[in-house]
Amino acid sequence: MTVAGLVRDSPAVRAGLSIAVATGAYGVSFGALGTASGLGVLEVCALSLLTFSGGSQFAFIGVLGGGGSAASAAGASTLLGLRNGVYAMQMNALLRPRGWRRLAAAQVTIDESTATALAQEDPRERARGFWTAGVGIFLLWNLMTLVGALAGDALGDPRRWGLDGAAVAAFCGLLWPRLRGREPWSIAAVCAVVTVACIPLVPPGIPILVAAAVAAAIGGWQLRREQARPTEQVPRR
Amino acid sequence: MTLWLWILGACALAYLTKLSGYLVPQRILESPALVRISACMTVGLLASLVMMNAVGDGQRLAFDSRLLALGAAIVALRMRAPFLVVVVAGALAAALGRLAGLP
Repeated sequence: MTVAGLVRDSPAVRAGLSIAVATGAYGVSFGALGTASGLGVLEVCALSLLTFSGGSQFAFIGVLGGGGSAASAAGASTLLGLRNGVYAMQMNALLRPRGWRRLAAAQVTIDESTATALAQEDPRERARGFWTAGVGIFLLWNLMTLVGALAGDALGDPRRWGLDGAAVAAFCGLLWPRLRGREPWSIAAVCAVVTVACIPLVPPGIPILVAAAVAAAIGGWQLRREQARPTEQVPRR
Repeated sequence: MTLWLWILGACALAYLTKLSGYLVPQRILESPALVRISACMTVGLLASLVMMNAVGDGQRLAFDSRLLALGAAIVALRMRAPFLVVVVAGALAAALGRLAGLP
């Protein structure tokens, strides 16, 4: 299939591209804030290329900018990146990348690529969504980091253009198709409440891990309940 | 120089965290219990990401124009709008909110 054909026929590619534009543009903020916090252009770009996880990167420069040590900056960055390990496990189960693809998939395993893949039902669409969002954001994020690091604040705040609103809408659009039936609705509601309750209490990046643990616990509890009532199951053929 | 070491260290840790998930053997990931739990986690993770991006501001809750974006997205989704329209509606709502002087 041609690129134009893919964009036309694959909802996952379209979702991946739109989320890539909305998120990638934020690289400007990171570049500008990074140099403002005292890092050189090269160091800021190295963080975007190698760490490639927005939350971790903002935490790193945030700690430095606030007068913290480089060691605690690295600690905060790692803490915020832990959720990527959970994402990677899910992507491993869904996409099963092999060889060099596995190494590449690891680097682009972030909030947006995972969410785009998880929102699809078809296995090929999942892979398309993951790689489109992951690689698309990787390219744009690094380009925009360089632009932001060189131009500083001259470009203005991307929030003025509503890009943070675009991210909220994008995640909402990825969740929506999954909300069929009572069970997903209740899990989503519980996890939303847990996240909001946790945000002021624990460091950024951790609320999502708590929400994931709560969702897993609900899943495990339902599994046990289903297994405890074998008589209610419809016999297979 | 030490700063560079910490930068590279943080990058290495970030990558190893991501890679670790890909090193879990398939036979563990394929167990029916884990598949079921993983499906629940998917919904939980997505719901958490929505809220984190809607009201999170570091370790603080901030109620600002992003809530307008969330509302606009839900309206667009209920009208069965395609994904791109949902995203643009969110951006537009937040941008208009800021134009009107909201935080």
